[in-house]
Amino acid sequence: MSDEETLTRQQIRRKRKFGEPILPEEEDETDQKHRHIIAVTLENTIGALNRVTNLFSARGFNLESVAVGETEDSSIARLTLVTVGNDRIVAQVTRQLKGLVNTYDVTDLTDAEHVERELCLLKVQYTSDTRPEILDIKDIFRGRVVNVTPETMVLEVTGPNKKINAFIGMMQEHGIEEVARSGQVAMHRALEYEAPNPLASSESEVNDNGSSDAN
Amino acid sequence: MPTDSLKTSTPSTASNGAPDAPVLKGSEIFVRALEEEGVDRVFGHPGGAVIKIYDAMERIQPDYEHVLVRHEQGGTHAAEGYAKATGRVGTVLVTSGPGATNTVTGIADAYLDSVPIVVFTGQVPTHLIGNDSFQETDTTGVTRSITKHNFLVRDVDELASTIKKAYHIARTGRPGPVVVDIPKDVQMDKSTFVYPDEPDLPGYSVPGKGASRQVQRAARMIEEAERPLLYVGGGTINADAPEHLTKLARKTNIPVTTTLHGLGAFPETDDLALGWLGMHGFYHTNMAVQNADLIIAVGARFDDRVTGDVDAWAPDAKIIHVDIDPSCISKNVYADCAIIGDAQKVLQQLLPKVEPKDTEEWLAQIDEWRDSCPPYEYEQPDEDLIAPESVVEQLYEKTQGEAVMVSDVGQHQMWVCQYYKFGRTRSHISSGGLGTMGFGLPAAMGAAFGMREGRDLDVVCVSGDGGFVMNAQELSVAAAHGLPLKIAVLNNNFLGMVRQWQSLFHEDRFSHTDLTSTNPDFVKLAEAHHCVGLRATSPDEVGDVIDQAWEVDDRPVLMEFAVPKEEMVFPMVPAGAASDDMLTEMFSKEEMAKE
Repeated sequence: MSDEETLTRQQIRRKRKFGEPILPEEEDETDQKHRHIIAVTLENTIGALNRVTNLFSARGFNLESVAVGETEDSSIARLTLVTVGNDRIVAQVTRQLKGLVNTYDVTDLTDAEHVERELCLLKVQYTSDTRPEILDIKDIFRGRVVNVTPETMVLEVTGPNKKINAFIGMMQEHGIEEVARSGQVAMHRALEYEAPNPLASSESEVNDNGSSDAN
Repeated sequence: MPTDSLKTSTPSTASNGAPDAPVLKGSEIFVRALEEEGVDRVFGHPGGAVIKIYDAMERIQPDYEHVLVRHEQGGTHAAEGYAKATGRVGTVLVTSGPGATNTVTGIADAYLDSVPIVVFTGQVPTHLIGNDSFQETDTTGVTRSITKHNFLVRDVDELASTIKKAYHIARTGRPGPVVVDIPKDVQMDKSTFVYPDEPDLPGYSVPGKGASRQVQRAARMIEEAERPLLYVGGGTINADAPEHLTKLARKTNIPVTTTLHGLGAFPETDDLALGWLGMHGFYHTNMAVQNADLIIAVGARFDDRVTGDVDAWAPDAKIIHVDIDPSCISKNVYADCAIIGDAQKVLQQLLPKVEPKDTEEWLAQIDEWRDSCPPYEYEQPDEDLIAPESVVEQLYEKTQGEAVMVSDVGQHQMWVCQYYKFGRTRSHISSGGLGTMGFGLPAAMGAAFGMREGRDLDVVCVSGDGGFVMNAQELSVAAAHGLPLKIAVLNNNFLGMVRQWQSLFHEDRFSHTDLTSTNPDFVKLAEAHHCVGLRATSPDEVGDVIDQAWEVDDRPVLMEFAVPKEEMVFPMVPAGAASDDMLTEMFSKEEMAKE
């Protein structure tokens, strides 16, 4: 953005407050809410995860999902967070996450090339009549049967958030007994190519206009 | 008292992984590690969960002095006062459970004001943690959101390295409080004592210089600005940058306004000094903010007590924000140019890039505002009482700015900021972020201990009758150590600031703010704690009382000044209002009611 023409945030707010029109190019787009997927690597110690989640609750922020596990290095854990919020505030929280002593790296993957997956276990009732259809749907979603009893079976499906939602939707009419979802895990795609280093770029953006968008 | 603050960076004889490193108990490691760290003073209170450490201290007789405070809250505030006056890290040692929870207010205070302190808490033995044991609290859980970082030491092998990390984290970057929770069995277990030269903190980095592109851009913005303003916060003092700031202001002729914690960063006797901004800042200062076209914020965080209605704050200004904490950037106010880095280094980078500016017109405009609503005007009350502002003015005359002024929280705090001219860095200590009543006395005590180690300034504590009694028990500690504290209690027999709000915004319904019948006799209170008590009830006694107080040099002196309850702090920006929407003396309550 150029220095000369864009309004400051205070000016935009003031205009809005007094009901003055704001030109489209002056509009502050970052006030809109988006779903953000944030990858955090942190020390694998007691309290580290708590410190991260605490930061969200302390800021009055909802976390849609949290998935955490060890990495190839057992002293480092990797955390994938999904949250919905105003870009500016999410960027603010992201920067605060970076400031935590336990965190090594914080990346907002939302707008970067990335893959995301979630594991879902779903226990569904079946009869001899519904069994073929349930198995068909499972095949369509590339799922597996991991447990079966005369009345119920447990299916395993992995995929992006939307696929899991669709799968659960398809199973609804058959009588779902239980659903367990792992929460999203995500990582950069095509790291071997010269993908921009997300941390470096977010840092420079902060330096650039302070505005935030770690994406 | 042998002291050596530089000891922190020098390797110890026991370190470097020497094979002859001694095997010590955890409690002894603790005592030795603090010596290695160059700690001069520990404010603490013993208890069951730290009794081993206290025993080790008695046996080893370490280099540092332990100060037995009377309440752990007083201990944390004292450590804050010590840290703010000296620039070193303050140290607190308390027991588990109630000892730890009593420090919470001080820790939160240090967190909001970026004060480097390390609080060591005892903890029940590791096998009892989580059992609701006697005097058990989840200290790391309780303090997580009010510390820069905290540790629970689970193994004696980690104790020394954790202490190293704690001090490093507390003092570097944006300073802040660190808690180290040490279970009793860890204090008893043995380990080889090796104090590391460097902390092992791979995820922790400290910004240094600012990005040169941003510095260049800031220089261009300064060059283009017609109505620039420097807005300076406590971060400037933390970075030891006041000298560089003064150079920048004088080179570019840009006027300077400071926050509460920025007071002392720029000599207030300078022509470019505008004094204080925000809720109780001066009319001309807030008008300058509202009309500036460029605000250069250095180590300040745009607190709501500064901005008021953030939507209406400095509507025409581009913002340059210099801060060491990236998460402060664009948190409250959007920064057009953000420079993340150490304020001193950034100002050093910026200085050669800026040219002298002609700001005559802008300064003349500010002077016009100053003349239309001059600061430093008040009336002596008709009755036989003292104008509180005059007490602060006379304290200034007595000390000529060569003192550390510590204020508690309330109306008197605002008068200190308005009427005392701060010329020295680290000469103003107050609770800004948390606004903790009861902060003043223990913080002044900590500062007075700090004055024994290099700086020799009088320490003056200004308090109100409400706040003073909240930690009055520390008087006896100050007396026991022979601290020549000068304590001024401005007694209006009311919770004055709340009364002011009740008067302005709640139609004079003074709900539970009248202390007339319940206040102690402050002179007797002082005497009961082995201090000197003096009282002035009319304007002509003020000077005498102050002179008498300065004659005492072996113990604290409490001066009680009878001041009128009706006196209010003006100007005032009501909470949440725009900064140019100020109440000044000329603005009567009747007029306000009409609006």
